[in-house]
Amino acid sequence: MEWTVVGIVALPLAGAVANGLLGGRLGARAVSGIGCLVVLGAFGLGVVGFRELALASPEAALRAALGEWIVSGDFRVAWELKLDRLAAVMVLVVTGVGFLIHVYSVGYMHGDEAYSRYFTYLNLFVASMLLLVLGGNLLVFFVGWELVGLCSYLLIGFWFERPSAAAAGRKAFVTNRIGDAAFLLGICLLAVTLGTLEFDGLQKRLPQAPPAALTAAALLLFAGATGKSAQLPLYVWLPDAMEGPTPVSALIHAATMVTAGVYMVARLWPLYVASGVLPVVAAVGGFTALFAATVAVAQTDLKRILAYSTISQIGYMFLGLGAGSGVAGMFHLTTHAFFKALLFLSAGSVMHALHGLIDVRRLGGLSRAMPFTAASFLVGAVSLSGIPPLAGFFSKEHILTAAHARGLTALWTVGVLTAGITALYITRAALLTFADPPADPARRPHEAPPVMRWPMGVLLVLSAVGGFLGAKALGAPFDRFLLPVFEQEPAPVPEHGASGDLTLALASVGAALGGIAVGWIAYRGRRMPELGALGRVLSRQWYVEDLYQTVLVHPARALALFWARVVDLQWIDGAANGLAAVVGALGAGVRRWQTGYVRQYAAWFLAGTVLAVGYWLLR
Amino acid sequence: MESVLFVVAAALSLVGGVGVVTARAPVHSALSLLVVLVSLAVLYLTLLAEFVAVLQVIVYAGAILVLFLFVIMLLHAHNPELRPSSGPGRIHRAVAGVCGGALVALVAFAVLRELRGAAEAPVAAGFGTPQSVGRELFTTFVLPFELAGVLLLVGIVAGIVLGKAPERRAPERTEGRPEEVRLSRSGR
Amino acid sequence: MTVPLSAYVLVSLLLFVLGGLGVLVRRTALIVFMSIELMLNSVNLAFLTFARMHGDLSGQLVAFFVLVVAAVEVVVGLAMLVSLFRAHRTVDVDEMDLLRG
Repeated sequence: MEWTVVGIVALPLAGAVANGLLGGRLGARAVSGIGCLVVLGAFGLGVVGFRELALASPEAALRAALGEWIVSGDFRVAWELKLDRLAAVMVLVVTGVGFLIHVYSVGYMHGDEAYSRYFTYLNLFVASMLLLVLGGNLLVFFVGWELVGLCSYLLIGFWFERPSAAAAGRKAFVTNRIGDAAFLLGICLLAVTLGTLEFDGLQKRLPQAPPAALTAAALLLFAGATGKSAQLPLYVWLPDAMEGPTPVSALIHAATMVTAGVYMVARLWPLYVASGVLPVVAAVGGFTALFAATVAVAQTDLKRILAYSTISQIGYMFLGLGAGSGVAGMFHLTTHAFFKALLFLSAGSVMHALHGLIDVRRLGGLSRAMPFTAASFLVGAVSLSGIPPLAGFFSKEHILTAAHARGLTALWTVGVLTAGITALYITRAALLTFADPPADPARRPHEAPPVMRWPMGVLLVLSAVGGFLGAKALGAPFDRFLLPVFEQEPAPVPEHGASGDLTLALASVGAALGGIAVGWIAYRGRRMPELGALGRVLSRQWYVEDLYQTVLVHPARALALFWARVVDLQWIDGAANGLAAVVGALGAGVRRWQTGYVRQYAAWFLAGTVLAVGYWLLR
Repeated sequence: MESVLFVVAAALSLVGGVGVVTARAPVHSALSLLVVLVSLAVLYLTLLAEFVAVLQVIVYAGAILVLFLFVIMLLHAHNPELRPSSGPGRIHRAVAGVCGGALVALVAFAVLRELRGAAEAPVAAGFGTPQSVGRELFTTFVLPFELAGVLLLVGIVAGIVLGKAPERRAPERTEGRPEEVRLSRSGR
Repeated sequence: MTVPLSAYVLVSLLLFVLGGLGVLVRRTALIVFMSIELMLNSVNLAFLTFARMHGDLSGQLVAFFVLVVAAVEVVVGLAMLVSLFRAHRTVDVDEMDLLRG
């Protein structure tokens, strides 16, 4: 029973409970302290666990069993946690980036009325995410999965007095629910066909299962992942989720929760390999990446640009996994956490300085007044574009190389094309936000306070040099650490041969540079060229949301209105009221006999008596 | 001899009964009732109920009827039946007649069928005398006797309380009249 | 010729029905009361007849109690009538329709 593992989850949970119950009475200092330190503590424990695993054999794992949950004949599900190499990487990302964002939040949320509620939810989120990561079986994983969905809802709608925020929270929850329904079906299917839900047990029993069942289960689980990780077709909640506080967007909707789907595929790697569903995963990921990148070009809200960017980059992660390289997907997950969080925190810094203004058409000229923020955004943007030697280049290369090596040429092309568009939209965003001339020359923004700059600084460094973890030239420690987890990779990531790899790398870097160039030409000096009809299509996300509205939402609402207005109001209420009316009418009818005249009542007596006597006497 | 007595008394009682029911003025009705009471007393005598017969004359004719007369005199109201009524009308009369006729027919039929040859039972001497009735009263019927006493007490109290004239209270409202009890919903 | 006892019962029946019709048809409260007394008396006659028929004194005792109760009833009823008259100046039975629904 490894208490390290339990502690990783328990610490943030304790923080949430403490802030939740006592936060109102503790004061901002204590709340911040508790909130940040528990995550730091979890990070520390994560490092301890990581070190232990690094020194042990690759299949080693630290476990903790906390009791039985379901015991039904041969089917057993326990409350168990497992920390293996894959989980360790995730734990470090979640708690590390999480800690930085907690610290940032101290500055960003300063003075907010619901300060303690914020940190309660944030801690609860971290605890839930860690439960998901450390779950030893699919059911515990799913509990964490649902809980992070709950925390997402709570944090998106944090400022619930705003109708748009409340609606966004609802949208996220409902959309995730659809995915979760599929996910649950997948779990049930696995339980029925394999008789167990433990990750180790699943792996052992895979060969015995009928292939159709495995394929179906894998697809169902992946459908759930498209909801949680915002891929086509269930991505629609993520752009709206930007209603929440920006640190929340950074943590949940960039670095951690949305990557849960990627983690899930990695966790269930043997299943995905055996079921042959990986090509589907790759295709969905690739097309989502391209789709989201095109939409990002036409957005006017800086956070929405970053949201679509996230959707696109997660598409890349799935592309990497689908191409047979779990390492590539996980590596991009890590670097993306760094630079996307950095980008979001920079955007948050802008909002903090300009009181919530985030429309890029009204920004501009901020580089002089906010140099640190501008530099951070710049580094994040370059890393995102995949320009070497920054982190994004290495992880994107892993993915594209894997796709090419597997013969997925079409998807490789899509990936390269998307890289170009990515560079384009992020250049646009950077220019419109920070370049001169400002939209409002009289504005005097201030740079972010130190408590917000320190986390940004750390992420800046990581976004710059974090990629070297996967650099072949330096031995690629990341790859070596995680490769044994994916031992069943059909095609291991090939050693970078000299010319072939270089060509591929040049292609994607070239595309990125081309995107930057186009962006510079089009948007320098904050020009905003009209994109015409294409622009309209892009800004309406290729009308996907409109399609959903027409096909799903309107009929559902019409049905609901029918049930509410016709069935409930007219039929059911009508029946009840009608019954009352009938009774009333009967009563009114009977009432006519109550004349009040004594003589008449006496006559009734007499009549009754005659009848009774008659009956009795004539019997 | 006995049959003549019966016929006369019975006829008188029936005539008086008709008088009670049909008299215009309540006083005439009361006097007809007197005729009925006395003729019934005679009939009681033929039935060997001397004690009850005497009680009938003393209590019924002598007290109750007198009480009626007192009240009639007290309430020298105008005859309400001169005015048209808002209450039940001709159908009601018809129903009453039919029911009455039916009742007579039924019971008469039953009586003639069951009691055709009914004969008097042999009785001991002293049947119906005060002594024998009194003996029964204080042994078998002692409980009803006591209860009847209580009932009489209650009746006395009720009569006094109900019959009291309403007090002239100081009016709480601006009008000078004492509070009226609503009698009829239809208006007066 | 002795009088058949059934004749007594028939007389009782006729007096009873007469009284009943009086209750139903007359509107003067006092006359209604007297009709009720008529009915009570007819019942007394019947009880005494049956007492004679069976040689059982209980019938006479019943008639005795009917008498007592009739007395009390008259007292209370007339007191009520007087009080009603004082309030409303009417003895018309049809005027008292507060039980109207």
